[in-house]
Amino acid sequence: MPTDKQVPPGSRVAVIGAGVAGIMAASTLKQAGVEVDLYEKEERAGGHLNRWHHLFPGREEASLVREGYLQQLREHSLSLMLSAEVKAIVREPEGPAGGRFRVTTAAGDSRDYGAVLLATGFRLFDAALKEEYGYGIYPRVLTSPELEQRLSPGGAGLDTETGPPKRVAFVHCVGSRDAKVGNRYCSRVCCITGVKQAMAVRERYPGCEVINFYMDLRMFGSGYEELYQEAQEVHGVNFIRGRVSEAAKTLGGAIQVKAEDTLLGRPLKVTVDWLVLLVGMEPSLSAELLASLALESDQAGFVASRDKFLQPGQSSADGVFLAGACGGPASLPESVNQARAAALSVITYLNRKG
Amino acid sequence: MSTKGDKWGFQPEKSNVIVLDRPVAPLYRQLRLKVPSLASCFFCGGCSATCTASEEGMNFRVVHLLLCRGEMEKVGSLIAPCLLCGKCTLVCPRNVDTRSVVFNLKLALHELQ
Ligand SMILES: Cc1cc2nc3c(=O)[nH]c(=O)nc-3n(C[C@H](O)[C@H](O)[C@H](O)COP(=O)(O)OP(=O)(O)OC[C@H]3O[C@@H](n4cnc5c(N)ncnc54)[C@H](O)[C@@H]3O)c2cc1C
Ligand code: SF4
Ligand code: SF4
Ligand code: SF4
Repeated sequence: MPTDKQVPPGSRVAVIGAGVAGIMAASTLKQAGVEVDLYEKEERAGGHLNRWHHLFPGREEASLVREGYLQQLREHSLSLMLSAEVKAIVREPEGPAGGRFRVTTAAGDSRDYGAVLLATGFRLFDAALKEEYGYGIYPRVLTSPELEQRLSPGGAGLDTETGPPKRVAFVHCVGSRDAKVGNRYCSRVCCITGVKQAMAVRERYPGCEVINFYMDLRMFGSGYEELYQEAQEVHGVNFIRGRVSEAAKTLGGAIQVKAEDTLLGRPLKVTVDWLVLLVGMEPSLSAELLASLALESDQAGFVASRDKFLQPGQSSADGVFLAGACGGPASLPESVNQARAAALSVITYLNRKG
Repeated sequence: MSTKGDKWGFQPEKSNVIVLDRPVAPLYRQLRLKVPSLASCFFCGGCSATCTASEEGMNFRVVHLLLCRGEMEKVGSLIAPCLLCGKCTLVCPRNVDTRSVVFNLKLALHELQ
């Protein structure tokens, strides 16, 4: 625990989670002269970005982008606490040093703050819950994060016992837009992730056919539609509109997929070497933390802003702010924008309190 | 004298255009009241992909679309092979009670006859 006793707790800020949102919020606060502690439960900072190979839509190497964020930590000598999971945040009665939040870690360390910024990100949907896709049972069924790892340097790639893969299929909307698993919302970034990964597979294995099974293709971000078109024109990715209903293992260990080609209105079967499930994002903030701060969440369980139009990034609880994917599915640039905006809201809040 | 139709071996009997100007079919209106979850369908094709009777031409998604568009003619023959097994209801991501829709359609068409 840092020991800068000079700074009164009322003007110190706790940022919870050192993904890109937490890093950028903390560095913005620090640059504005606010003392910050950044808590991260894992052994290293970076959040989910640590697990990606390259990034949409520009296809930058993820490790280089991550280095840029980590550079922020060093440049502003941020107080970063690793392996420090925040277990409780309790609002203390207003003392002479200002409204206080007592932040306690799993190890039992406690410290007081004038404001809290939540940047706890998201959790990946557990693909095993969609039993009809056989994840965890058939070895040739993967999730999109697993494919990122396989494509990374030192990763296993997609070679099978018989050599390079001949056909790979992606399933969109796994664990999103699905009342059966209780997630009605769209996870927003998995469509473009599917396009990015389909292109990566085609580039690494030029002889491999790639099929994306989608219900709708949501190319909302700048450069997304262009990437989709590039996937069709340059890489010959085959986009088929139809929800995959089930996957079964063939005698040879490959995967047979059943869908409807909805644009033709006929049932379709295809055998693939690998089936990649584009898993969605789920809220990650523990129920205890939500309850201890009496925070409101949206229908899906993500932390809600008090007013999405006028006060985005300010939670329903006074002095508690949020940024990044803990407020709902978001891309990296969106998370960073939210982080910088939330940092500004924190500064305004601290100034107003005096 | 040979016409264009003769050349292709058939005569177009009616226009191929879907006409949305006509009022909603009463049968469809009743069905929506009986099975309100039908309103949630987003035509993904999950039901039709898993359907036990798909080889026989059953396609719930198409049947629902035909009803929406007021094209009732083919509905009866399309749903005939449905076994009411309910597999479609198990996969539907929007929790549409597909089996009950087909069941009610069969009943209604039976009553009409
Ligand atoms: C398969 C996949 C591929 C993607 N590819 C891209 C891409 O190419 N380009 C792009 O722009 N976006 C991509 N994204 C989205 C991107 O991952 C998110 O935008 C980004 O991770 C959100 O950052 P975040 O900081 O809000 O959350 P996270 O990355 O989830 O970071 C949150 C951090 O908080 C920590 N934490 C959580 N709870 C606690 C606690 N109680 N105490 C302490 N620490 C805690 C976590 O350990 C984590 O380090 C992808 C997403 C997926 C699922
Ligand atoms: S972004 Fe695409 S794949 Fe992801 S939930 Fe939305 S529609 Fe489905
Ligand atoms: S699975 Fe459900 S939502 Fe999809 S087409 Fe069938 S009824 Fe409609
Ligand atoms: S209930 Fe009818 S439509 Fe549904 S899967 Fe069974 S046969 Fe097909």
